Amino acid sequence: MSHHSKLLAGAAAVALLAGAGVAQAQTEVQWWHAMGGALGEKTNAIAEGFNASQSEFKVTAVYRGNYTETMTAAIAAFRAGEQPHIVQVFEVGTATMMAAEGAIYPVYELMADAGVDWNPDDYLDSVVGYYTTPDGDMLSMPFNSSTPVMYYNKEVFEAAGLDPESPPTTWPELEEAARTIISSGAATCGFTTGWQSWVQLENFGAWHNVPFATESNGFEGLGTELAFNSDLHVAHIGAMQAWSEEGVFKYGGRRSDSAPLFYTRECAMYMNSSAAYAGVTANAEFEFGVAKLPYWPDASGAPQNTIIGGATLWVLRGRDAEEYEGVAAFFNYLAKPEVQAQWHQDTGYLPITNSAWELSREQGFYEENPGTDTSIEQMTLNDPTQNSKGLRLGSFVQIRDIINEELERIWAGDVTAQEGLDTAVRRGNELLRQFEADNS
Amino acid sequence: MEKRVVFRHAWLPYLLLLPQLAITLVFFIWPASQALYQSVLRQDPFGLRTSFVGLENFARLFRDPLYLDSFQVTIVFSLAVTALSMGLALLLAVMADRVIKGATGYKTLLIWPYAVAPAVAGVLWWFIFNPTIGILTYGLAILGYDWNHALDGGDALTLVIIASAWKQISYNFLFFLAGLQAIPKSLIEAAAIDGAGPARRFWTIVFPLLSPTTFFLLVVNVVYAFFDTFGVIHATTSGGPGQATTILVYKVFSDGFIGLNLGSSAAQSVVLMFIVIALTVVQFRYVERRVQY
Repeated sequence: MSHHSKLLAGAAAVALLAGAGVAQAQTEVQWWHAMGGALGEKTNAIAEGFNASQSEFKVTAVYRGNYTETMTAAIAAFRAGEQPHIVQVFEVGTATMMAAEGAIYPVYELMADAGVDWNPDDYLDSVVGYYTTPDGDMLSMPFNSSTPVMYYNKEVFEAAGLDPESPPTTWPELEEAARTIISSGAATCGFTTGWQSWVQLENFGAWHNVPFATESNGFEGLGTELAFNSDLHVAHIGAMQAWSEEGVFKYGGRRSDSAPLFYTRECAMYMNSSAAYAGVTANAEFEFGVAKLPYWPDASGAPQNTIIGGATLWVLRGRDAEEYEGVAAFFNYLAKPEVQAQWHQDTGYLPITNSAWELSREQGFYEENPGTDTSIEQMTLNDPTQNSKGLRLGSFVQIRDIINEELERIWAGDVTAQEGLDTAVRRGNELLRQFEADNS
Repeated sequence: MEKRVVFRHAWLPYLLLLPQLAITLVFFIWPASQALYQSVLRQDPFGLRTSFVGLENFARLFRDPLYLDSFQVTIVFSLAVTALSMGLALLLAVMADRVIKGATGYKTLLIWPYAVAPAVAGVLWWFIFNPTIGILTYGLAILGYDWNHALDGGDALTLVIIASAWKQISYNFLFFLAGLQAIPKSLIEAAAIDGAGPARRFWTIVFPLLSPTTFFLLVVNVVYAFFDTFGVIHATTSGGPGQATTILVYKVFSDGFIGLNLGSSAAQSVVLMFIVIALTVVQFRYVERRVQY
């Protein structure tokens, strides 16, 4: 070993020791999340804000890929005994996490054990309803929740001779507007949609107050069966199929792959998550508006309220007690109105507590950014019913894939709406029965 | 003369074999046995509850018409990828072999795509063929073809075949070029003097002499199409629309890693393993006979 490399090795050893010293002084909490890009920076900023607010704990936020990858990575890590303390899990993973008793540390228990004073009642009903036990105990920490809304191109509306300030509120109105737009040549396609299962079937059910699945959409038991092949669902999907052939509706992909159709002015309207607001603002070089989802006026229950998507933070068991104190302290920080309001305003996700919503109102955020309150108005339009509380279905990641596959067959004209939805229900029910057998 | 090697100590041959055996054990036998073991179990994602279900995972698979469809998709996909990537690579190699000026430049450019990760290759082609913003989609629209791989199964399958084959062309090209350059020029010159045209020289002399390379590449490409293409598929079509691009290995990935259904995923891996064993046996027993070394 030369003199030079000896020096280097010595320096490295000193650096290592110094690093170990810091780690000992602060208890470290690992937080795995799925927020990439601009959202990732905002997420890291929250962790840094917490770290700066006290010196006892240090939260390390780690990006682990998209929602599916993050959840899978955390589960694999748990099996290997290397799990993070906190993991962000999207709403379709809820039933899987809930079923994993012994692996998860319910938030209400964690907060009670740590003796942290917090107010679970401040959270919006329509948000926490998803993540609580039948007794109302909160299992995971709400973080980023969104709901679908409709973005529309005001310039195209104007060019077609429509009033850009009064977007269509019902599906027949939307169809008429789309036809006017296409025939006037203002755009070549009426509307497109992101996350088709979430927007056009799951939220469609809640918005029209019809069940997506039996047993209150799965909230009341594992014996739930899918019900999204009802007459109303079939009529809706059937209408979309016909529109798909005529160009009134254009399919652009399973997740948010359809966004370019809206950005390039090809489609005049675009239904997707309220959290797409930042993306639309950044990419649409035209004036756009945000409107509520349309409904069928002949359906008696509509409009009811929409349901959420997005993710919550789950705590995994198997770490030291004092580390969980750090988790509780972090959650307490996260629930602060200022932190929540900032997150909501930066990202387009919902303000998940009443106080954060109020704070945003006081700050004049909604007046400065018209349309950003559409999502919250839509969510809180009525008290949630058993059809509009949310969904809690096992193997839901796979069921959504099945729905995607069958909807694609419908759009392509290979099967009728009735056939496609019946098949999706039958295939999905098989997975539900398997999940029931695995978890009872 | 004694050609066989005689070892003086009984343990020496075993010792020499040991590294290879250890690698086979760790990287093949152990994972394969894990897959076999998992395939008869049913387990929740966290591994908290495990039950033995015998062959039910397999029975469930073969009752599923979509799994059987996936076989068909896999066969079409693998044949197309192998034929396309080997055919084009051979064509390019023959052409590069004849180039005299700037040959290194051409070769470098042709080898480049191999350094691209499958997912990156997928995203690249996803952009080129994107129904809204893709440049080739735009070109096709001018020609009167409405390309939409999000909706049309045929378009989607074509897309993943092109993207997968494109990545493999470089690899095949390298081997074909090396093979071509190893063929003695004197043989070809002699044929030329005898009056054989370029096409005849290629099919009667060059191609048969390339057969060991071709056979090796056939095996490698089939394995590639079966196993290494899921990154491309994941990044472009995610197996859709419908299940038009769900090849067997993609189904293993999506059921196991996305759906967390480990039992079914393991059962599918076992089926896949037997298919590849069978394919290899067929290739070495029947196809290799036509190879001249």
